Amino acid sequence: MLKLEARSESSKVMSVMSPVLAMAITVVIGTALFMLLGKDPVRGLYVFFVEPLKSVYALTELAMKATPLILIALGLAVCFRSNVWNIGAEGQFVVGAIAAAGVAMTADKDTGRWIVGAVLVAGVLGGMLWSGIVAFLRDRFNANEILVSLMLVYVADQLLGYMVYGPWKDPAGFNFPQTITFLKSTNVPKLFPGFRVNIGLIIALCAVGAFWVLLFRTYAGFQLQVGGLAPAAARYAGFSSRKALWTALLLSGGMAGLAGALEVAGPLGQLTPYVPAGYGFAAIIVAYVGRLHPVGIIFSGVLMSMFYIGGELAQSRLGLPKSLTGVFQGLLLFTLLACDTLIHYRIRWQAARPAPKPLAAVAIGTSTATGKGA
Amino acid sequence: MDSLALLLAATLNSGTVLAFAALGLLINERAGIVNLGAEGMMLVAAVAGYATAVHTGSDWMAFAGGAAAGALLAAAFGVLVIWLNTNQYATGLALSLFGTGFSAFVGIRYTQEKLTERPSFQIPVLTDIPFIGPAFFRQHPMVYIAIALTAALAWFLYRSRAGLVLRAIGESPESAHALGYPVRRIRLIAVMVGGALCGVSGAYISVVYTPLWVEGMVAGKGWIALALTTFATWRPARVLLGAYLFGGVTMLQFHLQGEGVQIPSQFLTMMPYLATIVVLVLISRNATFIRVNMPASIGKLFFPGT
Repeated sequence: MLKLEARSESSKVMSVMSPVLAMAITVVIGTALFMLLGKDPVRGLYVFFVEPLKSVYALTELAMKATPLILIALGLAVCFRSNVWNIGAEGQFVVGAIAAAGVAMTADKDTGRWIVGAVLVAGVLGGMLWSGIVAFLRDRFNANEILVSLMLVYVADQLLGYMVYGPWKDPAGFNFPQTITFLKSTNVPKLFPGFRVNIGLIIALCAVGAFWVLLFRTYAGFQLQVGGLAPAAARYAGFSSRKALWTALLLSGGMAGLAGALEVAGPLGQLTPYVPAGYGFAAIIVAYVGRLHPVGIIFSGVLMSMFYIGGELAQSRLGLPKSLTGVFQGLLLFTLLACDTLIHYRIRWQAARPAPKPLAAVAIGTSTATGKGA
Repeated sequence: MDSLALLLAATLNSGTVLAFAALGLLINERAGIVNLGAEGMMLVAAVAGYATAVHTGSDWMAFAGGAAAGALLAAAFGVLVIWLNTNQYATGLALSLFGTGFSAFVGIRYTQEKLTERPSFQIPVLTDIPFIGPAFFRQHPMVYIAIALTAALAWFLYRSRAGLVLRAIGESPESAHALGYPVRRIRLIAVMVGGALCGVSGAYISVVYTPLWVEGMVAGKGWIALALTTFATWRPARVLLGAYLFGGVTMLQFHLQGEGVQIPSQFLTMMPYLATIVVLVLISRNATFIRVNMPASIGKLFFPGT
C-alpha cells in the first residue's frame, strides 16, 4: 500500500512545482465539469485561459482585477507567516472602501488632486480600524481571531448597506442604493487614456518590493516569521508575540483597506452594495498559491484575476453561471493543499502489514469515563 | 402574550439550525479536528436537500440528501487533513470557499423552484394548552430530534466506551495510537458524522426554516456554529442552550423589525454577528478556562510512527 514518509528536508522543487501540479489537476477537473455540463471543454478552457490574454485591453483589465488581489494577499501572507489567521480581509476591504468614499464625497469643484492621497489614506485607516478590532479582542480578551474577523465581514456588509440605503444615498439617484458619483478630482489617476487600469497597479508592484524587504531583509520580518514557525523559540528569543499580532493584523487590514479605496475611487467611482466582490476571500487563495511569497503572489494574483474574467466571459459566451469562478478558486486551493503534502513527505510503496489488535482498554481506566458530566 | 409565544416558537426553530451544525462540529472537535468548512458544507447540503425535496417531495429524504452531501465533503476534507497532514484551518477554509461557489453554481436552477405546501405539525392535546402549546408543541419533528440528539450525544461521550475512545483521541492521539486504536479511521468517521450533521442543518434551512434556495443563504450560520462549540466549552447540553440563545437573538431582530422599532434594519441584522463576538470575548477572557476544557490535540497534526 502507499505510505507517506517524512522527508528529512523539505523539497525545494516540490514547493515550486506544487502550484503547477495543483493547477493541472484543477484544469483536468474543469475539463470534466465542462463535459458534464455538455459544453465544449476546449472552448471552456479557452475562455478562461486564452481570452483574458488576447488583446491589450484584455491585459489591462487582467492587471486591474489582479491589483486588489495582490494588495490584499501581500498583507495576508504576512499574517499567515506569523500564524495569525485573519480571514476577514473582505470586511477590512469594505470598511476601507466606506472610509475612502467618506473622504471622496467631501470634495467640491475647487478641490485639488491632493484629495486622491487623502482618499487612499482614509482607506488604509479604515481597514486598519477593522483589523485593529480583531487584534484588540485577541490581545486583550484572547478571542479567536478567525471567528472575530469573519463575523466582522458580515457587520461591515451591513454597515455598507446602512450607508448606501441611508445617510449617503444619492438624493438624485432615483432611490437606488448608491452614493453620488465621485467628482473627477477624486478619481485615482489612470495609467493610460482609454484603459481602466490605474496607478493602483504601480502601488501594488511597489508593495511587492516593500513586503519582500520586510519579510526577508528586516529583523522585524524575521521576528514575525519565527513567531509563526516556532512560537516557543520566538518566546525564548524574547520576540513579542503581541507585537507580531498587532503588526500582522494592522498591516493586512491596511492593505485590504487600500485595495478597497482604490476600487471605489477607481473603476467603481461610487459606493454601492456591490462593493464586496469576494476579493478578500479570493486573496486567501492568492496568498497560498503564491507560496506566501511576494513575488509568487504576483503570479497567483494574475491567475486568480483570470478566473474572475473567465467566469464573466463564461457567463456571456457560454451561458454558464458566473459562480463557476468560485468553484475553480475553491478547487485550486483544495488541490494545492493536497499537493503541498509532497513538499514535506514522499510517497513510498510498502507491503501491507496486519494491523496490531487494540489492547483491551485496560490502560484507560473505566473510572475516567464518569469524569466530566455533560 | 401571543407574540411572545410565537417568538419562543421561532427561537426554537432557529436554534435547531444551529444546534445540528454545532453538535456535529462538537463531535469532530472532540476527536481533535477543527473543520472550518462548516459554512461550505451547509451551503452545499442546503442545495442538495432542496433539490431532493423538490424531486421527491419528502422532507426526510431531503435531510438524508443533505447529510450525504455534508458527509461526502467532510470526507474529502478528512482525507486531506488526516492522511495528507494538510493544515486544518487552511483546508477548512478551502472547503468553505469551494462550497460557496459550488452551491451557487449547482443551485442556480433551483432558485426558481418552489416547494409544495408545507405541512404544519402539532402534538395532540399538548398543543391546546394556552401559551405553552403554540410556543413549544407546534414544531417540526426535527426540533425535538435535536433535543434527543443532544441527550444521546452527552450519553455517548461520557457514558459509552466508544465515546471515551473518541475523547481519548482528541486529548492525546499518540496515547490512543500506542494503545492500538485506529486513530485516523476514527477521526475520519468523526469528521464525516460532523459533516453529516452540518448537512442536516443545511437541509433544514432550505427545506423547513426558510423554505427556499437562495445563493449564500446560510449567511454565516456555519461560522456561528463553530463559535458555539467554544462558548459551550465542548459540552453537548451547553451547545444546545447556546444554539437557542443565538436563535433567540436572530429572531428578536425580526420581532423588533415587525414591531416597527426605529432602528435601521441593517443594525438589527448585525445583531447575531455582534452577539457572537461579544459572547466569544466573554468566554475567552479566561484563557486557562478555555485551555482546560479544550480537547488538547485540537488543530494539531498527528503522524503515526514519528
